[in-house]
Amino acid sequence: MVPSRARRIEEVRTISFEFEGLAVQAQEGDSVAAALTAAGIVDLRDSPVSGAPRGIYCMMGACFDCLVEIDGQPNRQACMCEVREGLVVRRQQGRAELEL
Amino acid sequence: MSARSVDLLVIGAGPAGIAAATEAAGLGLSVSVMDEQSRPGGQIYRGIETASPKRLAVLGKDYAAGRSLTESFRSSAAEYLPDTLVWNIGSDRSVDFSRGGRAQQMNPSAILVATGALERPMPIPGWTLPGVTTAGALQILLKSSGIVRDNCVLAGAGPLLWLVATQMIAAGARPAAIVENLPRGRIVAGLRHLPGALRAREYLFKGLAMIARVKAAGVPVYANATGLAIEGSTQAEAITFSSGGRQHRIETDAIALHQGVVPNQQITRLVGAEHRWDAAQACFHPVLDARFRTSADSIYVAGDGAAINGARPAALQGRLAALLIAEDQGRRVGTERIRRLQAGIARDKSVRPMLETIYAPAPEILAPADSTLICRCEEVTAGEIRSVVDLGAPGPNQIKSMLRAGMGPCQGRVCGLAVAQIIADRKGETPEETGYYRIRPPIKPITLAELAAYAPDEDAPRAASGDAAA
Amino acid sequence: MTPAGRSGTRGFDLVVVGGGIHGSSAALFASLRGLSVAVLEKDTVARHASGTNAGGVRRLGRHHAEIPISQRSMQIWYGIADLLDDDCGFQIAPQIKVAETDAELAGLSQRAGELQAMGYDHEIILDRAGLRRHLPAISDHAVGGLASLKDGFAQPYKTTFAIQRKAMEKGARFYEHCQAGRIHRSDGVWQVETADGVFAAPRLLNAAGAWAGAIAGALGEAAPVEAIAPMMLVTNRVPHFCDAVVGAAGRPLSFKQMPNGTVVIGGGRRGRADRHANRSEILFNELQLTAETAMSLFPVMRSASIVRSWSGVEGRMPDDIPVIGPSARHEGLYHAFGFSAHGFQMGPGVGELMAELIATGATQAPITPFSIARFAV
Ligand SMILES: Cc1cc2nc3c(=O)[nH]c(=O)nc-3n(C[C@H](O)[C@H](O)[C@H](O)COP(=O)(O)OP(=O)(O)OC[C@H]3O[C@@H](n4cnc5c(N)ncnc54)[C@H](O)[C@@H]3O)c2cc1C
Ligand code: FES
Repeated sequence: MVPSRARRIEEVRTISFEFEGLAVQAQEGDSVAAALTAAGIVDLRDSPVSGAPRGIYCMMGACFDCLVEIDGQPNRQACMCEVREGLVVRRQQGRAELEL
Repeated sequence: MSARSVDLLVIGAGPAGIAAATEAAGLGLSVSVMDEQSRPGGQIYRGIETASPKRLAVLGKDYAAGRSLTESFRSSAAEYLPDTLVWNIGSDRSVDFSRGGRAQQMNPSAILVATGALERPMPIPGWTLPGVTTAGALQILLKSSGIVRDNCVLAGAGPLLWLVATQMIAAGARPAAIVENLPRGRIVAGLRHLPGALRAREYLFKGLAMIARVKAAGVPVYANATGLAIEGSTQAEAITFSSGGRQHRIETDAIALHQGVVPNQQITRLVGAEHRWDAAQACFHPVLDARFRTSADSIYVAGDGAAINGARPAALQGRLAALLIAEDQGRRVGTERIRRLQAGIARDKSVRPMLETIYAPAPEILAPADSTLICRCEEVTAGEIRSVVDLGAPGPNQIKSMLRAGMGPCQGRVCGLAVAQIIADRKGETPEETGYYRIRPPIKPITLAELAAYAPDEDAPRAASGDAAA
Repeated sequence: MTPAGRSGTRGFDLVVVGGGIHGSSAALFASLRGLSVAVLEKDTVARHASGTNAGGVRRLGRHHAEIPISQRSMQIWYGIADLLDDDCGFQIAPQIKVAETDAELAGLSQRAGELQAMGYDHEIILDRAGLRRHLPAISDHAVGGLASLKDGFAQPYKTTFAIQRKAMEKGARFYEHCQAGRIHRSDGVWQVETADGVFAAPRLLNAAGAWAGAIAGALGEAAPVEAIAPMMLVTNRVPHFCDAVVGAAGRPLSFKQMPNGTVVIGGGRRGRADRHANRSEILFNELQLTAETAMSLFPVMRSASIVRSWSGVEGRMPDDIPVIGPSARHEGLYHAFGFSAHGFQMGPGVGELMAELIATGATQAPITPFSIARFAV
């Protein structure tokens, strides 16, 4: 298989944020989901039912398959949140943790 | 203090919503527009305000045309509330919404629902694997971030599938293949409607040109494909299907599915408006009178949320709805304007019967195999649904209680139509008789902390000056 | 369900009006006693309170008069899977009422003492530490509680649907979308008119929930049933942190985590019930208080998201206890309605005693306090 590479057709201002401890480059105006896609990251969370991995599906806020933890807040739709410099994003594992 | 009131609240800042808001504000109505997204344009004109000249060129003239819509909306007196989620509407038309993490309330005299369409569910084996998206998702990546995926396989059917393919080609990311699951004989059946469709012939020419462009670019097209399935363990690895009497397997980790679009019913169901099953479009529609009124008092619908017609008629409908709402509220409106808008909408709609005949969903999508997941959130299979129907459960709401289908965070947005269809087929009735999920608020999740801090009686803050369209 | 002729009369030993848990359960137990039974339901079985309730199988905190029936019902719940060939999602779990002040705890202790004196030992007092053993996530300010350790919860629709199926297996017939219209009695036989024809039986059970007052009224018996709409919230799935069903002594709350991880929160706050339109509406300014209470007792819930809310139409009596028993006016007429937002747990027990009463003319169960005669003017 020739792996599908996601890439950009133009350059805008670059900002950076963190996903699972790794630095990810994004461009201004990207949603978190778009920036992760461009960085080749497709596996965003585990299903809380079977634990199967899930990634973006609709990119328009309908399917809730892109749920991630953003700055400590679980259940955020990655496709509906705009990237900001320094965001800390984590994969959501199964049932989102409660803040204790 | 009580929540703020306006003459008209428009929900959704797509072409129907912003055209309506611009028009209504021009007639002197006080108008607010709420949308979850950060910028106007809706799904069709995603990213229109920020797209670079290169992106505009890649996406084509029809897309670029959205700019004039957003520009006149921005310069109208309508108040624009972006990043704002409407999550409940009461029977007194009070609207609960969240903005900046705060739940608030507004009391409009009329509401125009312009929440557009969703992609029809296309449940096939493996459709939940990472790497599988909708064709719309692929297009949104391109529109709003200029991102393309190389070697993508586009599978399914519908005008959007071809449009995405041409845009990907223009962006230099030729798809690896198109796997079209249109059953044989559909084009011939569609030709019956050709004479009517010729009234809006430019749509037909555009469609034919798109298909020609994709073929000219050398993209392999597999026609009349059946038995579509996606393989993979932790992400998509291949798509398999049969076409032309042969079994095919294409290795790819990027697959985009499409099976047409359907009205987004969440809000119209929430307010208890009457809906009817449309056999031609194989989906539910809110029942509207000639003035865009639902059966719920002073709640109107325009655009694809009413019935699928596309962007141009959506904007025309938005304008017309605004005029009629103004009239319903006692303003004088020019009848010539109304007549011209009505004629324009009718003309654009004339192409629909042909498209609907050709692109009606493939039978295998409507009748998925027992082992196929239908509800993605709660991982409920078609077989589980059928077995509970066999026990005697009468409809979608009982299936929901028994199996949790439609109870996950997407609240049935993705699986609803598929579940209704599977039940209807099993019981030998129409989806009209079977019915649909009862949609319960909040229509999108809000945190417990946010609800605990909810104070509907406090005056909702107005848009910050930067947000206001004025 | 049998295709019904549009006209004509069908005869049974018993006609039940209302396909909620009480109507269905009475139909099951009456069928087990060999009676032929028809259940008429204007919508679908369990469409209202019985399919939409919180699923609490609670003896804790019941009105003294209800305790014997509730105890009997609990025994049926313990064997529900064998009775119905369906687990009904039933699980034994503690029900705990939390005291937030010393005064509340004193009130709870007094109640525990009264029950002891009556010979019941299912309700016990938990001190600060005892409360935390059962509820590690409870807020610091809670001082103790009252618990019934072998209560539980079940899935309401699954339960009522399973009762319906078992009743059908035993011969009962269910007629859905079949509204009881005019009811009269001739030659000792009740005649219930519906759009599907007339249903006739010497015995008639009014188990029509929030709509039962109108039926009783039409038959000349006053029963001031108020339609209420208790509201519920449910969250996304969260990691397991709570094993008990939790209430509060000083404010309305019912709180539990389901085995699938979702948390169901309700208790007391009411929406708008519209009996005529068959609908209820959620009022978020009321639910706001529910959210506040849940968060103050379980601070960990802050970031949980609310995925859905719902409510159902329930019948409430002015004294908050149901009407159970024979009519005070007509022979062959029986009532079981007005469970006032706590009738789910009592469903199996009341069904069993109603069947006994209807089939034999008497029951051992102490039902006098529930007589409809208490509302006679
Ligand atoms: C949100 C909520 C939470 C609750 N939580 C709990 C709990 O945790 N624990 C607990 O023990 N209890 C609880 N309850 C209460 C419990 O659900 C009810 O007390 C119980 O289900 C009542 O059953 P029913 O059969 O009397 O009423 P229903 O289930 O309402 O059944 C009555 C039926 O009669 C039908 N009917 C009416 N008129 C006619 C007619 N003319 N012809 C034909 N059919 C007719 C109706 O359509 C309805 O289906 C709760 C209730 C609600 C609404
Ligand atoms: S990808 Fe569907 S909600 Fe984000």
